[in-house]
Order: sequence, then C-alpha cells, then structure tokens
Amino acid sequence: MDAGSHSISSEKSRAAAPRPPLQEAGSRPYMPSLSTGSRNPSAKCYGDRFIPDRSAMDMDMAHYLLTEPRKDKENAAGVVASPSKEAYRRLLAEKLLNNRTRILAFRNKPPEPENVSFAEAASSNLQAKPAKQRRHIPQSAERTLDAPELVDDYYLNLLDWGSNNVLSIALGDTVYLWDASSGSTSELVTVDEDSGPITSVSWAPDGRHIAVGLNSSDVQLWDTSSNRLLRTLRGVHEARVGSLAWNNSILTTGSMDGKIVNNDVRIRNHVVQTYEGHSQEVCGLKWSGSGQQLASGGNDNLLHIWDVSMASSMPSAGRNQWLHRLEDHTAAVKALAWCPFQSNLLATGGGGSDRCIKFWNTHTGACLNSVDTGSQVCALLWNKNERELLSSHGFTQNQLTLWKYPSMVKMAELTGHTSRVLFMAQSPDGCTVASAAADETLRFWNVFGAPEAPKPAAKASHTGMFNSFNHIR
Amino acid sequence: MASRTASKDIITLRGSAAIVSEFFGTARGQGGERTAAHRASDRILYNRAVYPEESFTKVKKYGLTMLLTQDEGVKTFIASLTSQLSEWLEAGKLQRIVLVIMSKATNEVLERWNFNIVTDAEVVEKGAIKEKSDKEIMREIQAIMRQIASCITYLPCLDEPCVFDVLAYTDTDVDAPGTWVESDAKLISNPQMVKLHSFDTKIHKVDTLVSYKKDDWDEEE
Repeated sequence: MDAGSHSISSEKSRAAAPRPPLQEAGSRPYMPSLSTGSRNPSAKCYGDRFIPDRSAMDMDMAHYLLTEPRKDKENAAGVVASPSKEAYRRLLAEKLLNNRTRILAFRNKPPEPENVSFAEAASSNLQAKPAKQRRHIPQSAERTLDAPELVDDYYLNLLDWGSNNVLSIALGDTVYLWDASSGSTSELVTVDEDSGPITSVSWAPDGRHIAVGLNSSDVQLWDTSSNRLLRTLRGVHEARVGSLAWNNSILTTGSMDGKIVNNDVRIRNHVVQTYEGHSQEVCGLKWSGSGQQLASGGNDNLLHIWDVSMASSMPSAGRNQWLHRLEDHTAAVKALAWCPFQSNLLATGGGGSDRCIKFWNTHTGACLNSVDTGSQVCALLWNKNERELLSSHGFTQNQLTLWKYPSMVKMAELTGHTSRVLFMAQSPDGCTVASAAADETLRFWNVFGAPEAPKPAAKASHTGMFNSFNHIR
Repeated sequence: MASRTASKDIITLRGSAAIVSEFFGTARGQGGERTAAHRASDRILYNRAVYPEESFTKVKKYGLTMLLTQDEGVKTFIASLTSQLSEWLEAGKLQRIVLVIMSKATNEVLERWNFNIVTDAEVVEKGAIKEKSDKEIMREIQAIMRQIASCITYLPCLDEPCVFDVLAYTDTDVDAPGTWVESDAKLISNPQMVKLHSFDTKIHKVDTLVSYKKDDWDEEE
C-alpha cells in the first residue's frame, strides 16, 4: 500500500509541479515537489502502521505530510555536513512556505501547569491517597526500669503485659506488677525458696488473673484485684514450668519434662489434654488468635503445631497427635509469634546456633521464609498496626530489630541493652514494647507507633466478634 | 449555527466553521450544550497529562466521556484563540491548526498535533451550500476523539513537565490582530507520525495527524 500511495502521490506532485503557487486560494495548497520518490528514494516512507481510514485518506496530503518531516530530518543531518546547504534549504523553504502560509501563534501563552515537581504531580495523580508518612522510630528507650535479680535463663518466660495495662515481671522469687497507666509498682507474691525461683508468668485474657509457673513444677493462679491465691495446680508436671499460654479458660503449661498440658482452670480435675511431642524443655508456647492452634517450641529444636480439633478430650486416651512437627530450626525454639493479620502465619525464632527467624503456614506446615539474623532470637512480636515484626537478640548487639514484613527489610535496630534481651511484651494498645534483658533492666520502646485513628474501633468490633465466636465454641 | 438548525442536512460556511472550531475547542459563549461535545484540545491536554488530572471535569455526552478543563487560564487561552480561528475558518484562510507540546524545561518540541484544514474554495467564493447530515459529521468527529484517547497506547511517555502552544497556519493575506505573532513551525526533528481519522463537513475537511519525538531506544532498529 505504501509503495502504491507513494507512486501515485509522486506522479501527482510531478504533474502539479508546473502549477503556479496559490493557484486556488483556500483550496489545497500547492506542494513544491522538493522530494519526490524519483529524486530522493531514500526519503521514501515505509510506514508500518495500519491506517484505519482508507476511505478518508488524501494521498496527496499524506504524502506531503510524510515527506515534509523527512526533509527536516535531512536538514538536521545536513547541519553537520554543510551549513551552507542547510541555509540554502532554509531560505528556499522560507520562500516557498512564506508564499503560501503564515504561521501564527497567540501572543498570550497558556498558563504553565502548576505542578511544582512533575514527580509529585504524577504520584498524586496515581494515588489519590497521600503517601503514608514515615513513622519516626525513636532509637533509644523511652523509659528504663531496674529489674534486679532477673533470672538470666533463656528458657523462661518472666515478662507479660496484661489487657489491664499492667505489666508483670518475675524477679527471682517475686512477681511484681507495674501499672503502666499510673507507673506504680506493687508486689504480687514472693514464693518460698523451695518452690522458687519463678519460671513463668502469664496474664489471663481478662487482665485480672495471672498464672505463675514455678521451679517446683507447681502453677499458681492469682487474682490480682484482691492479691489472692486462687488455686495451685499440682502434679501436672515433673519439672519446672517455663512456659504458659492462655486460651480463654484453658491454661496451657509447658515444662522441662517435655510435656504440654491443657488445664481447664474452672474445673477440679483441671488436666484436660496432654500434648507429648517434645523430648526436652518446652520454652515457647503460644495460642493462635483464633484459639484453634497452639504452637510449641522446645529445647529439642522442634516446633510443633497442635490443633484443637485433633485433640482428644479424654486425658486418658493417650497421646495427642501434632498437626505439624517442624524440624527446621537448629537450636531451641523459644520465640513464637502468631501474625495478627494473617491467621495461619506464625513467626518463630531460633536460639544461639540457629539465629533464624522462620515464617510458617501453619495449615500446611510450609516454611514460607527464613532469615538469618546473625544472633540468638529471644523473642518476637508482631506490630498490631503495621506489617512489621520486632525481634530481640542476644550476643553480640543485644539489640531489638524491627523488620518490615514480608520483605524482611530492617527498619530499625534499637540498642541500649548491655546483655541479651530475653523477654518482650507488647502493651494492650500495641504501641509500646517492654523488653527485659539479662543486664537486669526493663526498657520501654515506642517502636510500633500510634495506631491510626479509625482502626481501633474496627479492631474492637472485630475482637468482639471473635470473642462471641469463641464463646459459642 | 442557526442556519444548521433550519435543516439538519444543509451546511453553510459559517456552520462548517463553527463545527471545526468546536472540534478544536469552542470559543466561549457559543451554544453551551454543543460546546461540550468536542474539545480535541482539552482531550489532548488531559490524555497527555500536560495539566493535572484534577483540573479536568468529566462530562458524559453522546456516548463519550468529555473532558473539560477547569483551569481558567487554559480556558481563556483556548477560547480567545478559537474565536479568532473560527473567523479565519469562515474566510477560508486557515490551513492548519497545530497543538504543540513542549518540554517545560528545555522548550524542546515533543509532540505536534496537526489538524490540517482544506476549505472548499467554491463555497468561500460563491457562497455555495453543501449537504451533509449533522449526525454523520458528529460520527466522524467522535471517531477522531476516540483515536486521540487511544493514542496514549503508542505515544511515548511524557515524563517531564510540559507546556503547550497552538499554531495557526493561515494564508499570507490574513489580517492578524495584534494578539497574534509570527512563529516558527516548531517542528520535531526526525519524528514518528500517525495519521488519525478525518472528518469532512463538505466545506472544511480536517485531517488529524500526530507527530512525536521518536524514542531514542528505537534508533537502532
């Protein structure tokens, strides 16, 4: 088609050549045949485009339009070759063009677009929502409290922050309560030297009751509003109880004897289920947000996922089977954290010879990601408001590291502790993190930032729904 | 326009000039409803993001989404420009309207939107009247508007702030008011060209063509 159109138009323009300029005012302008195919074959246009309006096509005009810029191109090339030639051409073009056309532009120019920076304008065009402001992460602890006699034992769980905004910490044989709203400290209990030291503390979801695990294998239940010992769970374990986890009225205890026991604290024969899967001390124990799955980590480098629906209700029915047994960690698995925004996602951290944070799909048991942190992982916490994960570490930096999930880009490293950061707890509003380290200090970090204004309401209704859901079960 | 309303199929030079100037960007104050129908200039400025998206309003008309600039400066510019253009169109002295998009920083011409106008000499000289249905012309114009809208698929990205200007190619004997100045053609060296649809009022035939700066990446091919 192109070749055809070309030959036609060149023929035409040759025929038109003798016509004087401005022959027909207002009609098609006269085209000087500066560049016809025969004279300048290189100027031929081999368009590769589909021209959709063949019927309305004006071959003469098209040829003119197609060849006109070609001349310009040659001019551009000619500048280098010969300025005089270029000047001649320009003169010629001026003569020819000026005879038939004036090019006019409006004197007043249109206003320039107001966008100061194009990138800015483009981004604002693309996303109606303004870019989220970067949160400032304070690099130093907001507050530091002394924690004398804090037992430097990786396998224990001595710090918890309850829904009543009261922090509990076990220092030696004593459990202290620190009210975060008022900053006041009170002593809950000092146990006998025989049964001490305390090996674990855990607030019940109601924020009123607290479970205290002891070196003697006993577990005490305290009412903090009246400072009263409610009951002692005896004979459950044969060794110290280093890990505790609540699932409504079920208190799950993990012990050095490798056993995990579900205790229904409301009934006399409180042992409801026993999970046997660990051969060594159980040091990590966490229920998922839905209360359907329990993650347990042990000194035997094992991670188990237990599912409520698989547990036999008869304690005598023998061993309960785990849903998944995950053997990827190469050191004790103590740090466990269920993702608050993705129900089947679990983050786990390994001890000194493993140093990895791993992510698991607990439905399938698939390891989703593994990141070597370079240091013992003592504790893990998810940010409730953002997709971030906080890990606490031991030698060499004794730091807290904030990771972006899922990219696992380090967002911040918080240093200050002078010995390994054994325990972490998150405030009920999710903003503040308390960390207790072997340097016998308790530090508070404003690492997770304030939640967005509309979010808490939505969250509250959500948890409300979940609560009722759980109650139905 | 009054003459056109008398009978839909009869077109005078005046009516034709009105259609063409409407197509490009109507002078302020002319029939409200119809003016919204075509505004090739607005469409181009929107599609090529010369002005921010927020400065346009969308109006749904004749099965097409029309985009009208709300920028007072641009509005005034286009309106005062078009009123002069329609005058020249009526005299049959306008050969071409070119909307040029230039880099704001370097003033380099990046795109030229050519609207070539061929006026039927007989009509201008003898005042002849042609027949073509309004509907048919509108259909042709809408086809062009759609093509302009779809141009972004192959036009290179304008990734810098841009400004635009409008050039009018007229006969040499026109009376240019003081508001107009002579300009160079603002050509693009080594351009790519794409011809779009045409429309014909039987008096004015308008060919649309966009030429743009070739991407450097294509040079080797």
